[in-house]
Amino acid sequence: MDNLLSIDSVSKHFGDYKALNNVSVDIPKGSIFGLLGPNGAGKTTLIRIINQISIPDTGKVIFKGENLSQKHIRNIGYLPEERGLYKSMKVGEQALYLAQLKGMSRVDAKKQLKYWFDKFQIGEWWDKKIVELSKGMAQKVQFIVTVLHKPSLLIFDEPFSGFDPINANIIKDEILKLRDDGSTVIFSTHRMESVEELCDHIALIHKSNKVLDGNLNDIKRQYKTNTFEVGLVCSEQRVIKQLINAKFNSVDASFKSLGKELKLNITLEPNQTSNELLNFLSSNAEVNHFMEVVPSANDIFIQTINNQK
Amino acid sequence: MNHTRLIIAREYLTQVKNKKFIIITLSIPFLIVGLGLFISFLSNVNSDSIKNITVVDNSGIFENSLLSTDTVKFSFLENLDEEEAKMISQDKNDDALIFIPSVMDIKNIDYVELSKSIKLISEDSPSLTLISSIESKLEKILTDLNYTSSGLDLETIKESKIYINLVQVSFEGEESTKIDGILKMGFGFLLGMLLYMFVFIYGSMILRSVLEEKTSRIIEIIISSVKPTQLMMGKIVGTSLVAFTQIFIWTALTLVVSTLVSSIFGVSTSELNSLDVSDAQVNSGIQTFFSALFNLPLLNIFIAFVFFFISGLFLYGSLFAAVGAAVDSETDANQFMFPLSMPLIIGLYVGIFTVSEDPSGTIPTIFSHIPFTSPIVMMMRIPYGVPIYEQLISLSILVATFFAIVWFAAKIYRVGILMYGQKPSYKDLYKWLKY
Repeated sequence: MDNLLSIDSVSKHFGDYKALNNVSVDIPKGSIFGLLGPNGAGKTTLIRIINQISIPDTGKVIFKGENLSQKHIRNIGYLPEERGLYKSMKVGEQALYLAQLKGMSRVDAKKQLKYWFDKFQIGEWWDKKIVELSKGMAQKVQFIVTVLHKPSLLIFDEPFSGFDPINANIIKDEILKLRDDGSTVIFSTHRMESVEELCDHIALIHKSNKVLDGNLNDIKRQYKTNTFEVGLVCSEQRVIKQLINAKFNSVDASFKSLGKELKLNITLEPNQTSNELLNFLSSNAEVNHFMEVVPSANDIFIQTINNQK
Repeated sequence: MNHTRLIIAREYLTQVKNKKFIIITLSIPFLIVGLGLFISFLSNVNSDSIKNITVVDNSGIFENSLLSTDTVKFSFLENLDEEEAKMISQDKNDDALIFIPSVMDIKNIDYVELSKSIKLISEDSPSLTLISSIESKLEKILTDLNYTSSGLDLETIKESKIYINLVQVSFEGEESTKIDGILKMGFGFLLGMLLYMFVFIYGSMILRSVLEEKTSRIIEIIISSVKPTQLMMGKIVGTSLVAFTQIFIWTALTLVVSTLVSSIFGVSTSELNSLDVSDAQVNSGIQTFFSALFNLPLLNIFIAFVFFFISGLFLYGSLFAAVGAAVDSETDANQFMFPLSMPLIIGLYVGIFTVSEDPSGTIPTIFSHIPFTSPIVMMMRIPYGVPIYEQLISLSILVATFFAIVWFAAKIYRVGILMYGQKPSYKDLYKWLKY
């Protein structure tokens, strides 16, 4: 797959503090790429390097096959975690200014702004000042400013913070639509459920080092333990349990269900298959629940970070 | 470059469209003219009141020669002794009483003795100007009489009288007078003060503008589009243009308003012309004032002001921008503002205390070459005439320093705008230079 952006052995120091240590990440074209990591891991530093706000000490950044340079600025849209707009400047004027800084012509910017303002039904905000808007309203304006110049790379740092669920959903749909229209999205967040929902690739940064990256499904496959969650309806629960333990490794499990069935997590040995397990179970009891335990992004995140310690 | 233009335009327009700016810019010229009017009104009121003075002239010499004027009205009485005269004067509620004793021998008067025995009697002491005006009137009358009695011809004396007003000429052949010196000093102070004020006002404006972007967190979006140095320069240039606009409007508006006011109220040269006696002096005073004004190297002053103003504002502007970037709030800015403003204050004081004494002395010359004080001190010196090459050297040093400072300020700015939550020390700033 083509990479829109390749970060190649990038390091960055601030005085004695090493913010990034030899980090390499490939971001495939057309992906929604989750950039994950605990607070202070170096995500923001990496994002700033991609935005050319900081310059790496060593290593290089390749954008569309070329060394990243000033001319690529108009191909990148950035929504920082710390939102901000000029408080006493009018919304429309401000959006026009920011769009022009990204290299759009005034006419073009006006046209695009009208499109987005109509889409979000916020046309009447044009002459209002930011101080007169609520936080969520300002966030919407900021989102528009980020995507207005149709960048091929979009960087969102915690894009849903400050939005109510309805507006968060609108923004999520817009992000997906932008991806479908050909944009690549880098998505930095702590909210694992949105990673699960949106990202197809992830990279995990911890203490200035990249500790994990790749396709989210591949990673999940890598992290799964061949464990199955089962529910068995039977009268002699203890007997059945002994029977299973003779052949498989099992532990008690808990999950929500309607009945009072026997709930177990059964982990297979490498030489055992899921069909074997299922056949064994169904010949001894009534199976009403059978599901492979797939690690969530959250599990992988916590497990990887803990393994680093 | 296109980006810098956008930044300059935004910086300029938001500040110029600011209500406070509009109000201050438009009101100050009216205030200045208004204040001028008020002062001239006050002095008019003061001089309008006519002083009534009773003259008890027992000698009978003065009645035909001591004439009333616009401001002093003399009324004459004769043959009264001092006590009677005082009583009458008090009854009339006069401003003062002049008592002249009678003379023994009308044919053979000792004017010197007489002059010693004249008294001015009043309830509260009259103004110095009134006293000296009366003194000079009496003096003239008695002197003339004394000449005549000594057999001297008044006409001959008048014709023989020589008046001296030294013509001062510089080696370049430029003529100057005493008023020149005062004018040069005044002009120098005005220019120096103006520079000092504007560097302070607009320097802190730049600081606030940087701080606003930092605290509103919009900075990260902006510098993902433009280079921090571009942003900083855009701010400095944009704000300096605002300063120019203000100076331009002030000058133009003050001229227009004062012309209008003088034509409406008729406080013009025509009225000055209609005044009599000593007003020939006033007139020639105005003439010498204008000739002195045009004697000043006006073109040089104007051009030098523009260049020193720009360079000074840019130099301090970039320092103020760096401070704005380094701190999180205006209160934190104070610790850095003080060392920054020291050279400005020193420049102003050096200018005030040394330039008028000896404009091309060692101290003013040195300080008009040190880049942080040179804009102020040089502007104070230029009205006295400073060789062009000296101005150019000083300006070159200033501009070179500006470039060095911009480099230094840009580094601090670049790091500082993304640093939050800590009040940086000088050590931190030094570290940032190396990032």
